[in-house]
Amino acid sequence: MKVQKVVSLAELKGWREIPIAGIPWKLSTEFKTGDWRTFRPVIDQSKCVKCMICWIYCPDMAITWDGEKISVNYDYCKGCGICAKECPKKAIEMVEEVR
Amino acid sequence: MTKGSIKQTTMALSGNEAVAWAIKQCDVDVVAAYPITPQTIIVEKFAEFVANGEVDTEFIAVESEHSALSACVGAAAAGARAFTATASQGLALMWEIVYIASSLRLPIVMAIVNRALSAPINIHCDHSDSMGCRDAGWIQMYVEDAQEVYDTIIQAFRIAEHPEVQLPVMVMLDGFFLSHTLQNVNILPDNIVKEFVGVRKPVEIEVPYAGKVPLMLNPEKPITFGPLDLYDYYFEHKMQQEEAIERSREVIKQVNEEYAKLSGRKYGDGFIDTYAVEDADVAIIVLGSAAGTVKYVAKELRKEGMNVGVIRLRTFRPFPYKELVEALKGVKVVGVMDRSMSFGGYGGPVFLELRAVFYDAPERPVIVDYVYGLGGRDAPPSMIRKIYDELLEIKKTGKVEKILKFMGVRE
Repeated sequence: MKVQKVVSLAELKGWREIPIAGIPWKLSTEFKTGDWRTFRPVIDQSKCVKCMICWIYCPDMAITWDGEKISVNYDYCKGCGICAKECPKKAIEMVEEVR
Repeated sequence: MTKGSIKQTTMALSGNEAVAWAIKQCDVDVVAAYPITPQTIIVEKFAEFVANGEVDTEFIAVESEHSALSACVGAAAAGARAFTATASQGLALMWEIVYIASSLRLPIVMAIVNRALSAPINIHCDHSDSMGCRDAGWIQMYVEDAQEVYDTIIQAFRIAEHPEVQLPVMVMLDGFFLSHTLQNVNILPDNIVKEFVGVRKPVEIEVPYAGKVPLMLNPEKPITFGPLDLYDYYFEHKMQQEEAIERSREVIKQVNEEYAKLSGRKYGDGFIDTYAVEDADVAIIVLGSAAGTVKYVAKELRKEGMNVGVIRLRTFRPFPYKELVEALKGVKVVGVMDRSMSFGGYGGPVFLELRAVFYDAPERPVIVDYVYGLGGRDAPPSMIRKIYDELLEIKKTGKVEKILKFMGVRE
């Protein structure tokens, strides 16, 4: 995962340049929230039956399906562990992040 | 008052009914309100219009004032014209949403029927409720009578929805003194008001991912209202609100002029309404219904040869500092009548603001404060006369006994 660049306040837009009412002008996907994570979900593909329950439950839409296998988008996964808790096959293990 | 060329209907209405009539004619999409004394009749009368099929407004009977304003926020964010009304504890319960409405730049109009805040519980008039949220980013206008509240509610939609403004407006009428007192009110024809206020058109904003989009909740062109905003951009958004309320100054004046052409009724320059202040030695500044009594007393004193004047502050936010300095030119002593307390402050809210303005003025009059009428305590002509006497005495002797006085309270 890429570490985001730290931006100084002076580089940010001025108040005349941004939309009113606090409306965001960037999509939320531009904010990589994966670095909030303490535990990362790791899928054991040999146990996974592709039931998609983790995909349904993920509150960050960080579970992806490429047509063959389930994987986790670590750019956005905040490590809440709901997928691991809900997986009926216990195929997802929460592993502590070590940076 | 003189009428314009348009035929108007004179009706005997209380201040609250006058509000309901204005709302009926302003083609409001959503009214969400919860009844509270002394505002109840606004909601009651409007509910009657809804039940009779006289309006096609969506009327939401909510379970609290917090929900009332929240529903208006949602409706206004969806592009609707929204209205609510409350008083005292109701406004207090709305508190967090009051700030959200202005920060999300939603042109909601809210009538506040001024009532004292608990405790002890009191249903009568003072201005502590609306003065409490004077820094909430709303435009605040205080009216003198039932006719003015009808006129000001209509004007409020034009001011709030102006593309340069996009801010909510609070219209204040004194509880019971105005809300429950019958008065002859001239009502404009429905089509004239409808044409004057027009249809609300959300402004467009520019966002890089979608180009120009209307500032509204719209599934076709989705945007997010109310996301997180930290130390990096919160301050910038507050600057935009400050700029918008500054821009409203011109709009308030324009709308007052335009409405005068239509109705024949004009309220000073939209900000202050003056009486005999041009050549006055001493003047009183007052908000709301008490202005009528003050003008009456000033007229009597004028007959007795005393040079006294009155300024009624109609628009409190944005504060008309330039207009006040100009209007008070030559006035030696100014008495501010504050119908609310700023506990532990140097004086009441109007006094503090006015004093600060005159710090930089070329001529500085003596300015003293009279806190009066809390919890509906009467402000009779005798009390006003006492204030004028004191002001004239200060003018004569140059001595100020006390800067802040409490009028009409028992020792």
